[in-house]
Amino acid sequence: MPLDAPLLAFEEPAAKRIEGATGEWEMVIGMEVHAQVASKSKLFSGASTAFGAEPNTNVSLVDAAMPGMLPVINAFCVEQAVRAGLGLRAKINLRSVFDRKNYFYPDLPQGYQISQFKHPIVGEGEVIVDLAPGVARRVGIERIHLEQDAGKSIHDMDPSLSFVDLNRTGVALMEIVSRPHIRGPEEAAEYVRKLRQILRYLGACDGNMQEGSLRADVNVSVCRPGDYERFRETGDFGHLGTRCEIKNMNSMRFIQQAIDFEAKRQIAILEDGGKVDQETRLYDPSKGETRSMRSKEEAHDYRYFPDPDLLPLEFSQDFVDGIAASLPELPDQKKARFVRDYGVTEYDAGVLTAEVESADFFEAVASGRDGKTAANWVINELFGRLNKEGLAVSASPVSAAQLGGVIDLIASGEISGKIAKDLFEILWAEGGIPAEIVEARGMRQVTDTGAIEAAVDEVIAANPEKAAQAREKPSMAGWFVGQVMKATGGKANPQAAGELVKRKLGIE
Amino acid sequence: MSVDQETARRAAHLARIRVEEAELPALAARLSAILDFAAQLSEVDVEGVEPMTSVTPMALKMRDDVVTDGGIREKILANAPDARQGFFAVPKVVE
Repeated sequence: MPLDAPLLAFEEPAAKRIEGATGEWEMVIGMEVHAQVASKSKLFSGASTAFGAEPNTNVSLVDAAMPGMLPVINAFCVEQAVRAGLGLRAKINLRSVFDRKNYFYPDLPQGYQISQFKHPIVGEGEVIVDLAPGVARRVGIERIHLEQDAGKSIHDMDPSLSFVDLNRTGVALMEIVSRPHIRGPEEAAEYVRKLRQILRYLGACDGNMQEGSLRADVNVSVCRPGDYERFRETGDFGHLGTRCEIKNMNSMRFIQQAIDFEAKRQIAILEDGGKVDQETRLYDPSKGETRSMRSKEEAHDYRYFPDPDLLPLEFSQDFVDGIAASLPELPDQKKARFVRDYGVTEYDAGVLTAEVESADFFEAVASGRDGKTAANWVINELFGRLNKEGLAVSASPVSAAQLGGVIDLIASGEISGKIAKDLFEILWAEGGIPAEIVEARGMRQVTDTGAIEAAVDEVIAANPEKAAQAREKPSMAGWFVGQVMKATGGKANPQAAGELVKRKLGIE
Repeated sequence: MSVDQETARRAAHLARIRVEEAELPALAARLSAILDFAAQLSEVDVEGVEPMTSVTPMALKMRDDVVTDGGIREKILANAPDARQGFFAVPKVVE
């Protein structure tokens, strides 16, 4: 199984500290991430999950909670939750139970959300959150459960009315609950990034944050240095501060900003001799602050009970093993393999494995070639250009075979590194076969010393003053090499040109 | 198990059922009676017995991930007291 492959070693960093008026503080952060399952139809109905449809067109009578309608579970969603669990190295529960979470809101026509409370489908797992080469945070996963999404209320279409669209109602979500093992705003954002990466590798969630496929609730509290370690030793939450929950964020940047603001708000209250109230808060990106959601106070009595419309969700270990056998290589394993097999740095391996498509592209380029050179070209030239143009790897005008062809021409000495960049530009704009372009356009590197020598003589003869200076100050030789390269249209072998310039100027 | 008036008021509110102040004592008494009746079950020793979830040996039915429903907006909105531009229109609710 690919999950058994060796991983890169790492150390866990110290927690981020905030200097207060009365000494240092640390943050303790736990997250609940809602990831939309990448299914075509909803968790308990056959209505479509397609984003951006006309209001209330992706709604079945089940989603609208019409009397007599019964939920029937989507097998694909069950499978994806198990995949996600395996990807997070978590315990899979062969028996789980759906409960009703009761509350009233206009975009929840049932009057309850079908969720899993006591017996979730996935139990304890972990995520390794990469922070820097050799530095990562091990964040425990408490559970993953399957649940229904709610609809959408729009408040700005009418001065006295809210408009409700039930298209999202009943879409399958995986709620991924972490332990409070995250120790700073940057770690929180990196945690979401890593989770998103793993889910995208697995194909369980498309991770599209703009469309709301991945949203995070963040629990933040503050404590004094040493308190967190006492909590980890004893498991006693009494060592930690009172937490506030910031709801429903769908941007890494906002998550960081919200945590930063919230930690400082709590520290200010505590240093003022006050007490932090446990409450739900909302982040307002335009003001850069969190504010209390008073209306939720009373709604916290959810009166969970097993949904009588649904039997327990049961499957066999064989079912789980079958899914485990079909798992792709995951980011941690792939990154370790790239470092091991291609000799690239951990940083580069991280860039190359950010998306499966990038990693596949790199492997196609690196196959049978020098891994480091391939990584340099893929990251610096190709990814750099794709980013600039806002293109995905899958839309790259230069294919892996073409880029590989460029690298081969450099390796065989047929073109210089500088010409290779021109060749890349031609491939990007016009396409074609690298070796044929080099041949047809006379881009081949001049290694014939005679031709280079002539160019060197010409440049020295044309610049007698500079030549005199260079004899005094040998570091000036580089200027002559540059002129020779220019005179030969970049085709001179730079090493040969360098040697000839030095010899002709007599500055060996 | 005894339900006091405050609990009865809270249960009614959570269920969004309006109960007049004068009706609360009677409601509390009736809820208490129901709970007491059900509480007789706790006399049975069920140590180690799995909760029964079905009277017949059935497994949860699953369906394939195929779009088979939707596209019936008129039906969905037919009973709505107010619907505009394809949306349900409800009294303003803002966080």
